[in-house]
Amino acid sequence: MNYTTVLNMQTITISMIPEISYETFFELNTVFITNHAERHCVNYFGYKIENHIKLICCIADDDKHEIYVSSCVVEANASLRSFSSIHLCFEKFEREIHENFGINYTGHPWLKPVRYAFNRFDLSKTIANYPFYSIDSEELHEVGVGPIHAGVIEPGHFRFICNGEQILHLEIQLGYQHRGIEQLFLEKKNLLQRTALAESIAGDTVVGHTTAFSHVWESLCDFKTTKDIEFARTIALELERIAIHTGDLSAVCADVAYQLGSSVFGRLRTPIINFMQEWGGNRLSKGLIRPGRNQFPFNQTLADRLKVVLDTFEPDFNEMCTQLFKLPSASSRFERTGVVSYEDVLSIGTVGLSARMSGLSRDIRISHPYSLYPEIKHEPIIKHHGDVYSRVQIRKSEVQQSIQYLRQLIENIPEYNQSEQLLKTPQPDSFAISLVEGWRGEICHCAITDAKGDLIIYKIKDPSFHNWLALAMAVRNNEISDFPICNKSFNLSYCGHDL
Amino acid sequence: MLDNLKIIYHQGKQFIPDVTTAKVPGIFRGRPVISPEKVDEEKLIEVCPMKAILKNPIAIDLGKCSFCGECAQQFPEKIRFTTDYKITANERERLIVKEGDDIPIEVNPDTVRKEIRSVFGGSLKLRQVSAGGDNSCEWELNAANNVQFDMSRFGIEFVASPRHADGIVITGPITKNMAEAVQICYDAVPEPKIIVLVGTDAISGGIFADSKAIDRSFLDKYHIDLYIPGNPAHPLTIVNGLLDLIRKKK
Repeated sequence: MNYTTVLNMQTITISMIPEISYETFFELNTVFITNHAERHCVNYFGYKIENHIKLICCIADDDKHEIYVSSCVVEANASLRSFSSIHLCFEKFEREIHENFGINYTGHPWLKPVRYAFNRFDLSKTIANYPFYSIDSEELHEVGVGPIHAGVIEPGHFRFICNGEQILHLEIQLGYQHRGIEQLFLEKKNLLQRTALAESIAGDTVVGHTTAFSHVWESLCDFKTTKDIEFARTIALELERIAIHTGDLSAVCADVAYQLGSSVFGRLRTPIINFMQEWGGNRLSKGLIRPGRNQFPFNQTLADRLKVVLDTFEPDFNEMCTQLFKLPSASSRFERTGVVSYEDVLSIGTVGLSARMSGLSRDIRISHPYSLYPEIKHEPIIKHHGDVYSRVQIRKSEVQQSIQYLRQLIENIPEYNQSEQLLKTPQPDSFAISLVEGWRGEICHCAITDAKGDLIIYKIKDPSFHNWLALAMAVRNNEISDFPICNKSFNLSYCGHDL
Repeated sequence: MLDNLKIIYHQGKQFIPDVTTAKVPGIFRGRPVISPEKVDEEKLIEVCPMKAILKNPIAIDLGKCSFCGECAQQFPEKIRFTTDYKITANERERLIVKEGDDIPIEVNPDTVRKEIRSVFGGSLKLRQVSAGGDNSCEWELNAANNVQFDMSRFGIEFVASPRHADGIVITGPITKNMAEAVQICYDAVPEPKIIVLVGTDAISGGIFADSKAIDRSFLDKYHIDLYIPGNPAHPLTIVNGLLDLIRKKK
């Protein structure tokens, strides 16, 4: 066998991952994906072992609910045939490996820097001296936006090449948010510190990332979670989805100058995040999820409160949605704006909402179920047009679906497990992987330990890592004035990407 | 038209009539109170992932605290978080809550620069710069201006250009890759101007304080006018903090 098969949240010893030659590694992983839309690369990364670089590639199979892991050791100054020459979906991972270790790829379309990590290979390349792609033409002009934007949002640079009002090309340069999180995961030895880091990966996906971290850690420490812990995580994940989708509907309304929608959706987010505060003491759920512990058990009193919150939220939300989708002036801005085709999302390898908008079913809740999702029997919401309208529709339907799941969940609250099992130390020489469907899509965390059980690599992949390219494709041939609604309908993470 | 009116009617009154006295629902970890109770101090200090607990006497530095509540959970007899969300100060030392302290944290009017209250007392326009912020403080700053907290009724608003601003609001630990942009933005704001730090990451670097990817040298160069702690800061903390800075007490 050239690879090993693992399940979501499984830990294996590192020696169980076959180490194969680059030629075989290339063949194996590119063939895995060829003509298999249900298979996609969830993580592909490298790390240093002495003077060599070890590459690990994880391909998930959504139909078989398995993950295929293979590895390969290459020289630091190697020149390798690029996976991206066959499948574009590897391009971001290869750019990252190139940026971090200096490995050169042949046949890669564009080895553009990813995030200017502080420990990158070539320190002479900086975010300030990056040469943007440009086209010499008297008819075209460039528009540069950022890193600081007009609104209260995170930094990133967008460089548009326009033909009049029409966008010909958009280049997105990120990295401004790079805080060195992956390195800090190795340096901070205390579990609470690492949990605090996981909570800071992306402040809008606190539950998603902290759940992924907890699953990796519990798996590494061979800890069997109890039903009450997973119950709390499932509830929190669905509440986070409702809160952010509602907030994004507000932002989309603001971008089409629909003040009523913006205000109503904006205020509807408040009772949901206030409920998070009633439960865990923080509106964005920081401090709620802890590895191996049920920090704030979900009890009947909270369930009754949640029921009241949902009962008052739902009619107002539905009324506002009905009105929004009846408005011709809103629909005309949403429909056929920012289209990404099925072929494009498949080729880019987008995940979550950004895949489901174009008919590509990617949802970890059903494909690699965790927590209480096997019991829920989740059915992903799929749209087919890949435009702003599809993305807005998915958000609306997912909010309604999450409400239904929450109602179903709180009917049957598992008893709080008082007997605290102790969380042991991580197993030595092990590899663990965890996949979680955050509200944006698939979150993947991988960890590898050394002979003493210390972390030697902690690899985080936010769904935005795949999806930013979809935004760049979406705005092509659109009016530049439609960029804000395209951007907001995706709402991708800068800090989750930059780490 | 009628449908729109119906929706407006169904929302009822959403705004908080008085943001200075509003109560936060459920559990909220605001200003901590430390009792004189004797506990194993070494162990208590060890509990804090942010190294925000200081010794002799025991104190909590709200500029470093992530408000996770771990210390209060493990040492309930020693530390208790109250629901007091007014925890902003214009002096960094004021954010350190010592054993036995149970007094409100406030802006010290004597150390507020004179021009702030005379020029910005009725209107304050701010430019927000996220420099490695994880999007949580940014969300709460946006929330401070939604229909519920409605900060703009006090004349405090975020503007798109630093040229239109009276100061900058920084979130995040200031990454190396953003350091230059922060400087350019600050330079573009006309005098007189203020600097406000929002969130633990901005005030002390938070969990990123020892990261090699951040560069906080900007903060050493200028006077900081307001510290708004929190992880993220609650909208009520933000609104009250800014009001406390620009307005004289009645």
